[in-house]
Amino acid sequence: MSIFLNENSKVIVQGITGGEGTKHATKMLAAGTDIVGGVNARKAGTTVTIGGKDLTVFGTVEEAMKETGADVSVVFVPPKFAKDAVIEAIDAEIPLAVVITEGIPVHDSAYFWAHAVAKGNKTRIIGPNCPGIISPGKSNAGIIPADIAGPGKIGLVSKSGTLTYQMMYELREIGFSTAIGIGGDPVIGTTHIDALEAFEADPETAAIVMIGEIGGDAEERAAAFIEANVSKPVVGYVAGFTAPEGKTMGHAGAIVSGSAGTAQAKKEALEAAGVKVGKTPSETAALMREIIAGL
Amino acid sequence: MDLYEYQAKDLFAAHGVPVLPGRTVETADDAAAAAAELGTAVVVKAQVKTGGRGKAGGVKLAESADEAKEKAGAILGMDIKGHTVHRVLVTTASDISEEYYFSFLLDRSNRTFLAMCSAEGGMEIEQLAVERPDALARIPVDAIAGVDKAKADEIVAAGKIPAAVADEAAQVIVKLWETFVSEDATLVEVNPLVRDPQDKVIALDGKVTLDENAGFRHPDHAALVDERTENALEAKAKAKGLNYVKLDDGQVGIIGNGAGLVMSTLDVVAYAGEKHGGVKPANFLDIGGGASAQVMADGLDVILGDPDVKSVFVNVFGGITACDAVADGIVEALKILGDAATKPLVVRLDGNNVVEGRRILDEANHPLVTQVDTMDNAADKAAQLAAGA
Repeated sequence: MSIFLNENSKVIVQGITGGEGTKHATKMLAAGTDIVGGVNARKAGTTVTIGGKDLTVFGTVEEAMKETGADVSVVFVPPKFAKDAVIEAIDAEIPLAVVITEGIPVHDSAYFWAHAVAKGNKTRIIGPNCPGIISPGKSNAGIIPADIAGPGKIGLVSKSGTLTYQMMYELREIGFSTAIGIGGDPVIGTTHIDALEAFEADPETAAIVMIGEIGGDAEERAAAFIEANVSKPVVGYVAGFTAPEGKTMGHAGAIVSGSAGTAQAKKEALEAAGVKVGKTPSETAALMREIIAGL
Repeated sequence: MDLYEYQAKDLFAAHGVPVLPGRTVETADDAAAAAAELGTAVVVKAQVKTGGRGKAGGVKLAESADEAKEKAGAILGMDIKGHTVHRVLVTTASDISEEYYFSFLLDRSNRTFLAMCSAEGGMEIEQLAVERPDALARIPVDAIAGVDKAKADEIVAAGKIPAAVADEAAQVIVKLWETFVSEDATLVEVNPLVRDPQDKVIALDGKVTLDENAGFRHPDHAALVDERTENALEAKAKAKGLNYVKLDDGQVGIIGNGAGLVMSTLDVVAYAGEKHGGVKPANFLDIGGGASAQVMADGLDVILGDPDVKSVFVNVFGGITACDAVADGIVEALKILGDAATKPLVVRLDGNNVVEGRRILDEANHPLVTQVDTMDNAADKAAQLAAGA
């Protein structure tokens, strides 16, 4: 198993004809992802050849699902049009929409999230502003490089893309059931808690790495969830101890305001929940290696 | 982007939220002229992006133009929590019957918006939230349904705003919601929202934060950026499209790719610095996905222009970014900078095309560049070089 994405996932790409969409569709295909088509209303009915495979460009997500049986969409649509693209995916009730796009206004994200809720949460949204999700050896939906680490028994959930890569690299000799980057924006679909819950239920996942960063209270809430619901060992890492108050560090969500959202508070909450927290990515990886060795 | 009070009030006025007349000035003489123009007693208010202005002496009442000049003279140039006062807002002094609190903000935890309303305004809201949580109503707002008059009535009732002004307060709140949505704000706060003796409801103060991601649909927001109060290095980086934040008291310049990894790099350097005389990271700089030679040169140019920087740590994990492109970027950047590059660079490359990337740097054999193969060891080296400089 794995979470949210597996060898049977059929993937479409919204924005497949754009530069990013084409580039990453190529990489996803090379990684073994079953890409079955793309969506672009203005180029409906055309075919694109990516990595030697002919892919039909459909006018809507609904049509693409009907024709191909797609159950995952990866969204590379630019910020201006991303809200409509995600709403279209939600209306089509595709089970998983992975929103890679960076720079979506938060009013737009809040709007499509409210829309997803109003529609009964039939679509799981990952992101926006995230690297996506990979179940190594099975499928890759997003921009996580597939060659960093292979399949294994660690589950990884992270706000940050490059820290996902760094941690996968540090633990490449063990491997991952699924690694998921949930994104650094203030409003995101899938949370640490959603991923923790799924990893807890996944028989292939033996231990979990959770990477957080300053801003918001997602890590504190995840800590409370772990204490109550997670029996598998969890190792944590939090970035941003040196970040000053009131300055945004790249991610729109990474800002310490007042006393809330500091790395220290998050670390303490996680430790109080029995999570071992590393001071650095390498120390965090070492903690995980110890846990795996002891299983 | 946080706005000044006067900018927030300009937005309020544009959306029909009642504010008092006033003018923003930069000299004491202009403050006197503004007060004379208004023809009433005025309040002279320091324009700084921080709270607690009143307590710091940055808000003063003036009965005459002469007094306005004197008060403005005292406030201009004042330091309030590290913010220098360059401007004051001269505004009509009003009689206040009651002070309320109101705000719209993003509720991250619940992924929606929140209205906060209280009949007990004026004081610091953090204090009210702690001391009298029941007095502060928190009403979730659906992002799709928004706030119409009926919703505003609900908010006003929950905040226990007196019946005599409830209807007018609700109308003001509908306009504040219009401001919040149509300007793509993540915070609209009015503290205090006041009731005057004629039962008018007026926004006496204003705090607005705008979402920079929404800049593409608000070309007018660019004019709200105040370059004077921006750090010079930050302004320079911004002009080059770099994601850079200057940090105080740091000696190790940082360049990396990806916000999370760069934040982590700052921490790792700070830990390493503890063993080397307490040196610290000097900045945050995320060069993002495409680390071209030009981006690397621009980044190095900004960092090397920081007199605090004694060494530089380039930390890249090649995901989409290829390490050979980063290495080429570093070599080219050093050529472009020539003699302007004077500080040692510690480079750690890993991931996509790392072998080729390391080879390129080895071959270039630049005297300022040291390659180290792990993030921890590289941070240690950079801290050591900064401490020894």
